[in-house]
Amino acid sequence: MQRTGSRWHIAVFLAPAVLVYTAVMIFPLFNTLRLALYSRIDQERVFVGLENFKTLFGEAVWSEQFWNALGNNFWFFVIHMLVQNPIGIALAAILSQPRLRFAALYRSAIFIPTILSFVIVGFAWKLILSPIWGIAPSMLDAVGLKSLFAPWLGKEAYALTTLALVSVWQFVGIPMMLIYAALLSIPEEILEVGEVDGITGWSAFWKIKLPLILPSIGIISILTFVANFNAFDLIYATQGALAGPNYSTDILGTLMYRTFFGFQLQLGDPHMGSAIASAMFAIILIGVCIYLFGIQTRLRRYQL
Amino acid sequence: MNKAFCTAALSGALLFAGSAMAADVTITIESWRNDDLALWQDKIIPAFESENPGIKVEFTPSAPTEYNAALNSKLEAGSAGDLITCRPFDASLALFDAGHLADLDDMESMSNFSDVAKSAWQTDDGSASFCVPMASVIHGFIYNKDAFKEIGVEAPTTEEEFFAVLEKIKAEGSYIPLVMGTNDQWEAATMGYNNIGPNYWKGEEGRLALLKGEQKLTDEQWVAPYATLAKWGAYMGDGYEAQTYPDSQNMFTLGRGAIYPAGSWEISGFNEQADFEMGAFKPPVKANGDTCYISDHTDIGLGMNAASKNADAAKKFLSWVASPTFASIFGNALPGFFPLSSAPVELDDALAKEFVSWRGECESTIRSTYQILSRGTPNLENDTWGASVAAIKGAGTPEELSKKLQEGLDSWYKP
Repeated sequence: MQRTGSRWHIAVFLAPAVLVYTAVMIFPLFNTLRLALYSRIDQERVFVGLENFKTLFGEAVWSEQFWNALGNNFWFFVIHMLVQNPIGIALAAILSQPRLRFAALYRSAIFIPTILSFVIVGFAWKLILSPIWGIAPSMLDAVGLKSLFAPWLGKEAYALTTLALVSVWQFVGIPMMLIYAALLSIPEEILEVGEVDGITGWSAFWKIKLPLILPSIGIISILTFVANFNAFDLIYATQGALAGPNYSTDILGTLMYRTFFGFQLQLGDPHMGSAIASAMFAIILIGVCIYLFGIQTRLRRYQL
Repeated sequence: MNKAFCTAALSGALLFAGSAMAADVTITIESWRNDDLALWQDKIIPAFESENPGIKVEFTPSAPTEYNAALNSKLEAGSAGDLITCRPFDASLALFDAGHLADLDDMESMSNFSDVAKSAWQTDDGSASFCVPMASVIHGFIYNKDAFKEIGVEAPTTEEEFFAVLEKIKAEGSYIPLVMGTNDQWEAATMGYNNIGPNYWKGEEGRLALLKGEQKLTDEQWVAPYATLAKWGAYMGDGYEAQTYPDSQNMFTLGRGAIYPAGSWEISGFNEQADFEMGAFKPPVKANGDTCYISDHTDIGLGMNAASKNADAAKKFLSWVASPTFASIFGNALPGFFPLSSAPVELDDALAKEFVSWRGECESTIRSTYQILSRGTPNLENDTWGASVAAIKGAGTPEELSKKLQEGLDSWYKP
């Protein structure tokens, strides 16, 4: 067996993954970025440089829609960060209590919505919240709170928040599982040492466990960020591509879809659509970079 | 394992032989009318196939909301069917300009159609036609006859009567006066604004003046329909803001509502679902005796994929679609989609007859936003949806809403 010159096996083993990944991820990504620099003029595809971006940010018709969608996206993200992740952490903390009965049952029950399709979740919640056939109005009625009910998905003021909470309901299992795993990996000894020093119960969580799971929380935040800024399915499934009422649930994903493929009488414009997709890519890239270089490198890691 | 392989190979060979033996040409039709699948398969296609042995036709519809996007991608990729169901106006014009739809002017049977019928599928100057007009839909109101009898009201003809009827139904309390929701947005524009509007802007007269720039959306006749729509909200069901289009259809056919702002395409579905008697009345006019205008909208055409490999068979099918035979089968199989061919077609369905009878009494027009005006950004049709919803909800005054629409239109449209 010769040792030198036989490194070709590395290439062979890498090839399938590299080829598949290039074909389905890298090539489309760069092609989308390239498409954003073209426009169709008189049936000809013409290179126009950054003209599409100038239109997107410079013309009120486009920029208003873009900032509206971006603002909605931020709100969608904020709701997830404020509701989904704290609840996920709290659930994980409760589940990791050694004395909790039926822990496995709760864990599965909370995680199950995550594996459901967006279409099913969207449809089910639309039915639950329907003012006509839904169980939400009758349930509220049963406890005498019917006056609190509103057709939430149809009101501009509530629709986006409602959808964000539906999405939280669906995905709360993910932070719960990740944090749960992180909590289980904390050695008993450390907690016992803490107990000797008089740190028990809640203060043990705040002072010992939380610092140790901070890196996991960071990872969850960035996963939430990426998922939220790529979101599309739930809004499309419940509100359609026009993201009503009055664009109040329009996020970058739906704006991109409408622009790229067209809608009703609006004709599709793949080039402007790609420009929006590129903007989305840039936003996510910047967000991830801020996290990686600004936050993650500063997180203290404890050798357990 | 060996045995399984043999079986697979054998059945594969058999399949291959089977398909090679039948030398039939199969043409496929792209469509968004998935509701009509059964009608095509049971009535229309067998009628064609029995007249034209050797040609097999497949109807492969997709969901209405996804049709345009799916069709465009398929055409780009070269995997679209031989015949393309055409949306009216720009969507199809763009396909023709891009070379995806074949020019049909040399087809003899195109002379079976009037110019208005063909206008939805022609170039702006009318020099080329690229789809055979199949059907139009007429707007109006469908009402629950039993409910009207119970409450003791008659179908209204003037606007004043219309609101008096709504008020009476509301006061009586057992029916939702006006069954419509704003969740999906398009109903408000299509079954609201463009349904009652033609009476205000005098049909074609106003529509063409708008196209020429002689009228503005801020003119009285274009603003007034929003003011009327604003009065609708009070008569719509609880939580109408989140009521979807299927919700409205179900509510009406379950007998929970009295009046349904409709397009004639609802007829076949309603006939099947509702177990009460239905009637229809046309959009109310301002004063008794005024000329009435109806939206008789060219909605469906059929064109040929320019890249079709079975062009001859596809052309044959198209000529058949242009013939009176097809018009009669189609008009009766799908009551509510009215054939556009010049030859008169006898319809059996009472409700459809009622709708089509208005063609004789009123002036016909098409939806105001469809021709040319929804070509730019912002898209006037989409914005009209939003404006109509806002009018009903009272989220903006009619003047504000029309001003915004006109500004949007001015930004790109120079008549």
